[in-house]
Amino acid sequence: MNKVYNRIESITGSVITVRADGVKYNELAEITTRFGKSLAEVNKIDGDVVSLQVFAGGRGVSTGDEVRFLGHEMQVSFTDDLLGRIFNGSGEPRDNGPSLAENLKPIGGPSVNPSKRILANRMMRTNIPMIDLFNTLVVSQKLPIFSISGEPYNQLLARIAMQADADVIVLGGMGIKYDDFLYFKESLGNGSALSKTVMFIHTAADPTVECIKIPDMALAVAEQFALQDKDVLVLLTDMTNYADSMKEIAITQEQVPSNRGYPGDLYSQLAARYEKAVDFAGSGSVTILAVTTMPGDDVTHPVPDNTGYITEGQYYLKGGRIEPFGSLSRLKQNVNNKTRKDHRALMDGMIRLYSEYKNTLEKKSMGFLMTKWDEKLLKYGEMFEAKMMDLSINITLEQALDLGWEILAACFEKDETGIKSELIEEFWPAK
Amino acid sequence: MTETRGKVVGINGNMVSVEFDGAVSMNEVCYVEVEGSRLKSEVIRIRGNVAQVQVYEMTKGIACGDKVEFTGDLLSAELGPGLLGQVYDGLQNPLPLLAEQAGWFLERGIYVDSLNGEKKWDFTPTAKPGDRVKAGEYVGTVPEGPFTHKIFVPFYLLGSYTVKSVAAAGAYTIHETIAVITDDKGKDINLTMSFRWPVKRAVNCYAERLAPTETMETKVRLIDSFFPVAKGGTYCIPGPFGAGKTVLQHTTSKYADVDIVIIAACGERAGEVVETLTEFPELTDPRTGRSLMERTIIICNTSSMPVASREASVYTSVTLAEYYRQMGLDVLLLADSTSRWAQALREMSGRLEEIPGEEAFPAYLESYIAAFYERAGYVRLPDGSHGSVTIGGTVSPAGGNFEEPVTQATLKVVGAFHGLSRERSDARKYPAIDPLISWSKYSSVVAPEQIEYCRNVMSRGVEINSMMKVVGEEGTSLTDFVTYLKSELLDSVYFQQNSFDDVDANCVVERQRYVIAKLVRILGSDYDLKEKDEARAYFNSLRQKFIDWNYTEFKSEAFATAEAEIDAQYTSGGGVLSSEAEKLL
Repeated sequence: MNKVYNRIESITGSVITVRADGVKYNELAEITTRFGKSLAEVNKIDGDVVSLQVFAGGRGVSTGDEVRFLGHEMQVSFTDDLLGRIFNGSGEPRDNGPSLAENLKPIGGPSVNPSKRILANRMMRTNIPMIDLFNTLVVSQKLPIFSISGEPYNQLLARIAMQADADVIVLGGMGIKYDDFLYFKESLGNGSALSKTVMFIHTAADPTVECIKIPDMALAVAEQFALQDKDVLVLLTDMTNYADSMKEIAITQEQVPSNRGYPGDLYSQLAARYEKAVDFAGSGSVTILAVTTMPGDDVTHPVPDNTGYITEGQYYLKGGRIEPFGSLSRLKQNVNNKTRKDHRALMDGMIRLYSEYKNTLEKKSMGFLMTKWDEKLLKYGEMFEAKMMDLSINITLEQALDLGWEILAACFEKDETGIKSELIEEFWPAK
Repeated sequence: MTETRGKVVGINGNMVSVEFDGAVSMNEVCYVEVEGSRLKSEVIRIRGNVAQVQVYEMTKGIACGDKVEFTGDLLSAELGPGLLGQVYDGLQNPLPLLAEQAGWFLERGIYVDSLNGEKKWDFTPTAKPGDRVKAGEYVGTVPEGPFTHKIFVPFYLLGSYTVKSVAAAGAYTIHETIAVITDDKGKDINLTMSFRWPVKRAVNCYAERLAPTETMETKVRLIDSFFPVAKGGTYCIPGPFGAGKTVLQHTTSKYADVDIVIIAACGERAGEVVETLTEFPELTDPRTGRSLMERTIIICNTSSMPVASREASVYTSVTLAEYYRQMGLDVLLLADSTSRWAQALREMSGRLEEIPGEEAFPAYLESYIAAFYERAGYVRLPDGSHGSVTIGGTVSPAGGNFEEPVTQATLKVVGAFHGLSRERSDARKYPAIDPLISWSKYSSVVAPEQIEYCRNVMSRGVEINSMMKVVGEEGTSLTDFVTYLKSELLDSVYFQQNSFDDVDANCVVERQRYVIAKLVRILGSDYDLKEKDEARAYFNSLRQKFIDWNYTEFKSEAFATAEAEIDAQYTSGGGVLSSEAEKLL
């Protein structure tokens, strides 16, 4: 039977130490305090001094509390019963359902052998034109949504969760407001999305250590579904909170900080999570979309900066819209040549005109005279923003392409668009 | 295995403290036994009877008291025929074989032979009994793909030896004895076709190290003409994320004029390795007409693989490069990204609780980076032939700021600097090498006076452009405006290059010389242009014609036609060559 220890040597923040023998690295323990039981994980062993991070935090832990080692690492139950359920960072239910203990799988497992991956080449439809048409999301891609606080990134995630053509949606919430949790519960709880969704939620009020476990739990479950030939979409919000939790724990354990207090292994830690995105040769896939809020809209902040080096592009959410200029899906050229033949040309053409519109807008604000061409651009820009960029638009790629042609036809003559004549002849809407 | 035994007394991340009895050497490889598997580790610090070791695998499940075996050997790579075309992890395990054993995931504790021990190679002896040989000299050869693979006297043998016998020509495996040599004391040593070499030690079995002088063609115009790299030289590519570091290395690995390319994917995305793996076997090497994969070795330790072997992967790659150099071949090592390697050093330094240097990087960062790049070089070999190792490393500076320790330490030791800029990549200019900050100490493939002339046009144009932002186009003189248009022309038709177009991406040196001469003529001429709009239209049309020209096959009919159009355009603008430019042609 597992040994029980009754003497806690030190308590610093959420990290406690006990003297114990035969303890394994990363093993779980259960600590019983006057506020109930909590899990704790071994994160350092020095001789017989074992350090554990307590999931529920160090508050109220007494030196006389009981610590019992469980002899296994952190695990998550994987069954189809997960679908429609909500859990916290310890794997306990957050809804009123039963706790699950069948078919336990370790979390944070090894990385996929690169020789077993295949090249990303399938489109993941989200029915959001700014994604599907202009920066196509590709199955097995990992993309962050760079954003500042206050932007509707959680609304965007919820919309993607409801509209995307994935078999399973896994939502991981880290340090989110309780209101946002309720919002997710409500919006995904209605309709067909619920039956294919699993949520792992850590709210801002929950203990820090649980926050760190959310991505691993979510990704371990996603990986298992993917191995059952499912296309899984993992939505994570907010990775900056996750990084901040790592920072908090690293500092508590007196690790030397590298950049703005973040631990030196921030890149590796983030990469280990993002690299779980995979298209298994001959099986399912994991695609990751992760919100990364940029403190002070600063893309050189360590979290967005390291993220940018790991991910395959980014969506840049600004002013409630996905910005066409800052955003980039690096894998889009793998798929947008086989959707519809006007896809690439329309994408380039519309963005080029939109950037001209931006220049005109600048000229206008400086008080220059508007030429006829400028007037056309202004009309185009406004239509583009209203009909394409609004996040509440829910249309298929094909509808979006048709809409694109309509907008062009409403604003310009054929030869003003700079698109190949052959395509114009085929797709230009008849008036 | 040595007699030394140890047991685990502490675990912190991937660093494990081991109490041992007997002798342990620094950087020795040991195995930690846990839950039925043995995890490869390396000794990185010794204090009293406690050694601190970095484990090349995930450390979960290790407990105090777990047994540790010491091997007495340093971390080493297996060298012999069969390395080309392989895809290895940082510890030289072939990834496809790991997949056969472990399936989807890289399960820990599984190690596979680096070279195929069953395969027979056609051996031709070159030494004969009685010959005197030294380490790094060869006793025979086998064909490997398009190359003649030399079978060496192992690099670790000190002093001279006498050949006692050499196997007859025939097919042998890498483990069969193909020669016996005798040392001065009369002791026999059996040689096979493969041997091991510690990766952290530079191979120095050459006769002499020479200055790198011959330019390595990358077929990238901006590099070869303006910021060239010499065979045996070093260069670095720092740039913020999304600036195109990996794409630039990828094109270089395809078109570079070298015999062998070693790609070290160090701490970067797995998807990019998959891209290379999918693409390369389909492509042909223009030099040999065979699959590009036959001249390539991929060492891949992607960002989610264990950090300690990320550090090893860089050394494994350079060791393989040095091995092929010893055969008189030109080898290019592309390391992407050296920052991830530096971060691996930082993580370990933190665990060792060393006093941190700038941005928490260890104090020895600079000397490690310098030692790594110094393993490049152009050398004369014992048999009189020449070989080279060229190293090109990307750097991923935090926040895109080049003032950080890794970029600065690298700039001190490399011979060329290709700095990528966010402005150029945002403007979709490829390659995004910033001509204003980059430099090279090697010699260009084009006449230096012509390059100097173009460079002056460029910097003058940039000056005028920034002035124009203040005073507007109206406040700029026509002469200045034309100079600005000329610099824009130079940028868009020569500096920029389409890496997706097979012709444009592969711009040979002869063509570069030809095109630069044409450009000097255009840039160095005065035109009969009355106003700015006319000038702009004139240069726009010239640019279009020039770009079309870039896409035509060199010396083809289309090439001549497109060139004639440019010439016609030049004449129509009333171009008169200035005497300054005329001297350069």
